[in-house]
Amino acid sequence: MTALLNMRGIDKAFLGVPVLSAVDLTVSRGEVHALVGENGAGKSTLMKILAGVHTADAGTIELDGRAVSFTHPAAAQRAGIASVFQEFNLLPELTVAENVHLGHEPRRRGAIDRRAMHETTAAALADLGVADLSPAAKVGSLSVAHQQITEIAKALSHGADLICMDEPTAALADAEVALLYRLVQRLRERGVAVLYVSHRLREIFDLCDRITILKDGRLVESVATADITPDELVTRMVGRRIEAQFPPRAAGTEPGEVRLRIDGCGNDYVDGIDLEVRAGEIVGLAGLQGSGRTEIAEAVFGITPFTRGTVAVDGRPVRITRPRKAIAAGIALVTEDRKAQGLALRQSVKANARMVLDANARVHSRRRLARIDGILSSLDLVARGGDQEVQYLSGGNQQKVVVAKWLAAEPGVIVLDEPTRGIDVGAKHKLYAVIRSLAAEGLAVLLIASELIEVIGLADRIAVLHDGRIAGELPGGASEQEVMAYATGRRRPQSEGTQAE
Amino acid sequence: MTHVKRLGAALQGAGTVFLLLALVFALILAINPGFFAAPSLMAFLKQAAPLVILAAGQYFVIVSGNFDLSVGALVGAQVVIAARLIDGEESRTVPVMLVMLAFGIGVGLINGLITTVLKVQSFITTLGMLLVLYGAIRLWTGGAPTGALSDAFRTPGRLGIQTPLFQIPWALLIMIGVGAGAIALMRTRFGRILMASGDNELAANRSGARVDTVRTAAFVLSGVSATIAGILIGGFAGVSAQVGEGLEFTVITAVVLGGVALGGGRGTALAAMAGALAIEALFTLFNQMALPATLRPAVQGVIIIAAVAYAARRRIRPALQSTATPS
Amino acid sequence: MTAFTPRPRIGATVAIYLALAGVLAVGGAAVAADGGNLFATAHLVDMLTRTSLTGFLAIGMTLVILCRSLDLSVGYTAALSSLVAATTMDGQSGNVPLAVALVLLVSGLIGAANGAIVAFLKVNPFIATLGTGLILKGYLDTEYKGPAGDVPFAFQQALGYTRFAFIPVSTVVMLAVAAAAVWFLRSTRTGHHMYAVGGDVEVARMSGIRTTRVLLTAHVLCGMSAGLAGLLLAARFGTGSAEAYTNLYELDAIAAVVLGGTLLLGGKGGVAGTVAGVAILAVLDTVFNVMQIDPFAKDVLRGVVIIAAVALYARRQLDRTARRPRFAAAAGRAS
Repeated sequence: MTALLNMRGIDKAFLGVPVLSAVDLTVSRGEVHALVGENGAGKSTLMKILAGVHTADAGTIELDGRAVSFTHPAAAQRAGIASVFQEFNLLPELTVAENVHLGHEPRRRGAIDRRAMHETTAAALADLGVADLSPAAKVGSLSVAHQQITEIAKALSHGADLICMDEPTAALADAEVALLYRLVQRLRERGVAVLYVSHRLREIFDLCDRITILKDGRLVESVATADITPDELVTRMVGRRIEAQFPPRAAGTEPGEVRLRIDGCGNDYVDGIDLEVRAGEIVGLAGLQGSGRTEIAEAVFGITPFTRGTVAVDGRPVRITRPRKAIAAGIALVTEDRKAQGLALRQSVKANARMVLDANARVHSRRRLARIDGILSSLDLVARGGDQEVQYLSGGNQQKVVVAKWLAAEPGVIVLDEPTRGIDVGAKHKLYAVIRSLAAEGLAVLLIASELIEVIGLADRIAVLHDGRIAGELPGGASEQEVMAYATGRRRPQSEGTQAE
Repeated sequence: MTHVKRLGAALQGAGTVFLLLALVFALILAINPGFFAAPSLMAFLKQAAPLVILAAGQYFVIVSGNFDLSVGALVGAQVVIAARLIDGEESRTVPVMLVMLAFGIGVGLINGLITTVLKVQSFITTLGMLLVLYGAIRLWTGGAPTGALSDAFRTPGRLGIQTPLFQIPWALLIMIGVGAGAIALMRTRFGRILMASGDNELAANRSGARVDTVRTAAFVLSGVSATIAGILIGGFAGVSAQVGEGLEFTVITAVVLGGVALGGGRGTALAAMAGALAIEALFTLFNQMALPATLRPAVQGVIIIAAVAYAARRRIRPALQSTATPS
Repeated sequence: MTAFTPRPRIGATVAIYLALAGVLAVGGAAVAADGGNLFATAHLVDMLTRTSLTGFLAIGMTLVILCRSLDLSVGYTAALSSLVAATTMDGQSGNVPLAVALVLLVSGLIGAANGAIVAFLKVNPFIATLGTGLILKGYLDTEYKGPAGDVPFAFQQALGYTRFAFIPVSTVVMLAVAAAAVWFLRSTRTGHHMYAVGGDVEVARMSGIRTTRVLLTAHVLCGMSAGLAGLLLAARFGTGSAEAYTNLYELDAIAAVVLGGTLLLGGKGGVAGTVAGVAILAVLDTVFNVMQIDPFAKDVLRGVVIIAAVALYARRQLDRTARRPRFAAAAGRAS
């Protein structure tokens, strides 16, 4: 096979911190090529260099044997490289057809040819085997899967030779993943190369011909999928065995009183939720994207409250209709998206760490304010000082600031929604240890994570969600297969006995 | 030590305005060394006080992520209300001032509630309020202001405490009081939450902050500052139908010149007020240079664009890179 | 996954024209109750005449607002354009083509300056165009102490006063420009890309759109439409007038745009709605005029109308951004 893409010696640094050093990548025509590595390994950066979003500091890129260099996304597109990013690049106010052709609308006698736009989009969707998506639909009204398909159709509409997909299945349900598999197969048949960035081992081994492994911004190796086992791949990605990741459970401690009790609760997004979290206990919420995990967290915290059922904290029934009330009841929520919901990025570490105390007269006290410095240092926060703006911190340190702001309020219940998303390994391990020690101090911890291994490794009990309901409960340390059986709906809730204690 | 550092950081962030202020004062000094004699300096500060006070009020609104375009019309309305209600009677001075205060608070409250509860962008809310105030005041007075201000009313804007050497204007003392109050307020929990709400509304809400309440309060503070400024301007310049016209743009310019970001979440009250002082100093400089009065807006326009472009360049660079860093 | 039928896109525009019809009906009834006839030729002429000036300014303003920008300098640009037109014409009909060309050039350059400051220097458009407005004001105040230039009678008649039946030529020209703008936004790439730039500038950039070029184009066109407004001012007054900027035309134009359903935050709306917004303001003015209501009441009402309209739009927007429920039916059963 001839090499379609040949990247050699790519270097990239942000603010003086090297993110990629001397990375090589070769992709052949019609090849599905996995790019793997932990968060922060440099996969996204490499992909963005290819897409013309970033420019490499050093190194060469050859496409079809010709040296190229992209200074603008449009240049990469013209050269035949299309990208599907994790954050969708779609405009909700425009239709599917308009989004697909955005930036290269077909014209007839100088005017945009809307009919052609509609027809080619319909043809492209049919070609992808998608029957139930209208080119005239407004993208803002579509499901996540349909938005993803729109995004892929948009990438293909440029007549791309190479499509880069960044975690394309992150937001998809099982049936939708199958659709994506078919799409990738079709692309391969057409001779289009796919660069597939993913964490999910099964997808990589199902779909990809070759695997390039990055670690800490460096190339580990590039191997044919047939020549490596999943275990070997993980070992090379992380450089150590998974089991070592989680701090050991404290021996012989029994969970205490029930601190958070959710009884028959539901709203527009989840229903029939019964859940107890005891002092000293970590309860994991597992489930596929869209199964209602975040919705439970948001309901408990009063963002989109439960409309039925009862919630009690430390035995007292509470009606939580706003975050303020949740905080007053002693509940904390580390939100899924720390930049959008957790931090005021242009404010200092200190200002963010005291935000909860400042905002709530009922939890504000001099004693608690005085504890903040201690909390920050106990989390091993790395910053130039309390006055540094949080926007200049790494993802892991930003997350520590979010955790600190909640610990400052001394909650009895803490809900953590994807606490380790997008942070480096070191910070991850620190957070695991922190979560364990919070439980040891008597907090009730509700942990949501899409990485099953986290829930399994950290939680004492696991509630598995499927389609907005709790499908089953498992003990901590259950196998991934058991969790997935409930999460995918293959196993239904068992007879009453297992649910009520 | 940390205080020194913090001051250093504050000066660095808003450096442009202090630099500009120093530059303008230096030029004034070069042209007319006599300007820094106490009496003329006091006169300058007396004249600058209303804009500085308005800048403090506007600062709260801008830092929380909004605009207040209605302050100019409100200042005008307050002066007209004062003249009509006092109608030359000394005894009515204090009651009318209280009515004005209530009116200023009321206008701020309405601005705030329309913006937060009805979710109308503040640009539109306060533009609408500008039109309403402009029309309503003229409707009420039949087009031209009527009545007269009392001497007591005019005292804060005109007079001061006489010392052997010079007079310390009441306006200066009020300005210092308002300024100190604004700086102190930003250090309270209210100020911190206001700043956080302007930076990231959602994060503030998730932290339990009453975002709508503090934002509404910011509009009320702006209304109060317009009331105080109205009293000073009325006292200083008397009543006319044109009072306050275009003031909203000058004051927003001043605040932005102070390095306060439109959109919220960045900048200090001190720098905002320094921005107002810089603009007034600029006007004085134009006077000293005997620049035709008509050219002033042009120079003002160039300076605003240059200052904001300069600040934007310094800010955008690191910001862009940090968002580009893979998380 | 359930399939969702998209809402028809025309919704907002239809709504605003219905509102216009409503305002006409209520206004007509009020005038009739007062013993007058809103639809008498003289009143119709008055109404339509009012639409043309704000119309030109608002059409250009729609483009920049769609791009999530703003232009506070259009009033000054129009005033300067009226002077450029009148002084170039200098009473000679033969100079008209040159004058028109010069006006479009000057106003286009002002727009380009605005666009460059916003797009390249990254200055907030509010500040940038306020600044250029002040610069123009300084120039106007210094250079022109009073009216200047002389507009030939023929041009005055043609643009200022001629009409077909009750429709003034200026209104026809304005509507033609509006139609061109509608076509431009719908059928040219640059126009279509304005929605993308205003909707999400990063997405636009990632899609290969040259966003700065689009923004610059919007500002140039906005400047030129202010130039057309200046030509109309010159035709009406017979001379160029620096004083014209005191009427705060820019605020009228912004009011008409948001009344017409264009989002102040960009990415949504269009010129068709703006024309209706302009018409609503004109109808209100005429009704007030006919009924001899204090002109200052007009400002009050205008303020209230703008706020109310945007509050209504905000409500619609909220409905639309709500998440789709999974258990909405269950909620209904339980409650």
